[in-house]
Amino acid sequence: MLKSALRAIVLFVLIAATAYLAFYYAPVEKTMGVIQKIFYLHISCAFSAFVAFGTCFYANLRYVFTREPKADWLGVSAAEVGLAFITVVLITGPIWAHPVWGIWWTWDARLTLTFVLGLLYLSYLLLRSMIEEPDKRALFSALFGIFAFLDVPLVYFSIRWWRTQHPQPVILGGAGSGLEPRMRVSYLLMWGALTGLLILLLNARYKLEALRASVEDLRREAEAR
Amino acid sequence: MKNLDSVLAAYLAGWAIFFVYYISVSQRMSALREDVERLKAMLNKGK
Repeated sequence: MLKSALRAIVLFVLIAATAYLAFYYAPVEKTMGVIQKIFYLHISCAFSAFVAFGTCFYANLRYVFTREPKADWLGVSAAEVGLAFITVVLITGPIWAHPVWGIWWTWDARLTLTFVLGLLYLSYLLLRSMIEEPDKRALFSALFGIFAFLDVPLVYFSIRWWRTQHPQPVILGGAGSGLEPRMRVSYLLMWGALTGLLILLLNARYKLEALRASVEDLRREAEAR
Repeated sequence: MKNLDSVLAAYLAGWAIFFVYYISVSQRMSALREDVERLKAMLNKGK
């Protein structure tokens, strides 16, 4: 308990420090001005969400082939944590877009596919809540999770494949793209801190799922008597 | 600075989502721990 509280405090300090860097160390972008500071949180959360959904995909595949309950616990934990991250992306995006584009939202490929990604993982969690039998719930949600992950590469490549309102890639965007060195440092540190947060949340959520499984076992034992 | 309030709103909203999510996980964990204790007590009573 003390250890996890300590980890949370260290992480909080790290996130506060990276936010400070994003505001004061990274220069103000020339075209957009100070509103571009949202970039550090927005992009870091998007990449962290991809990591979470990738973990969910791996766990779903593992469950389908091995039927290990632990793979199911990891799958649902990663889906829920990923949903938290993608929610931040879907909220910070329009706040950034409004002063720059003059609109909060547009149904272009990148925005629509990201919105669908959120809906897919929300459906994954809703599907689980509708199936009572544990093995059936784990298998159906694993299969749905594998299907849901197909949207992740579509989101990533959408700005490369189609003309969108969303800007072209700045990171790993090929020739002519890239970040000013202080912006890059601020971004990488923010992403590192958010990856720490992702691990902390995933760990807590996984423990919750393990505890839920123990409760189900105890209930079955009590009912059998 | 122009749009600074929007930047602050975005960061506050982001941290608020993570904070609320962490609290929700902690609360669900506490409720399940209580369930475990209750079920264990019930099973021990039945022995």
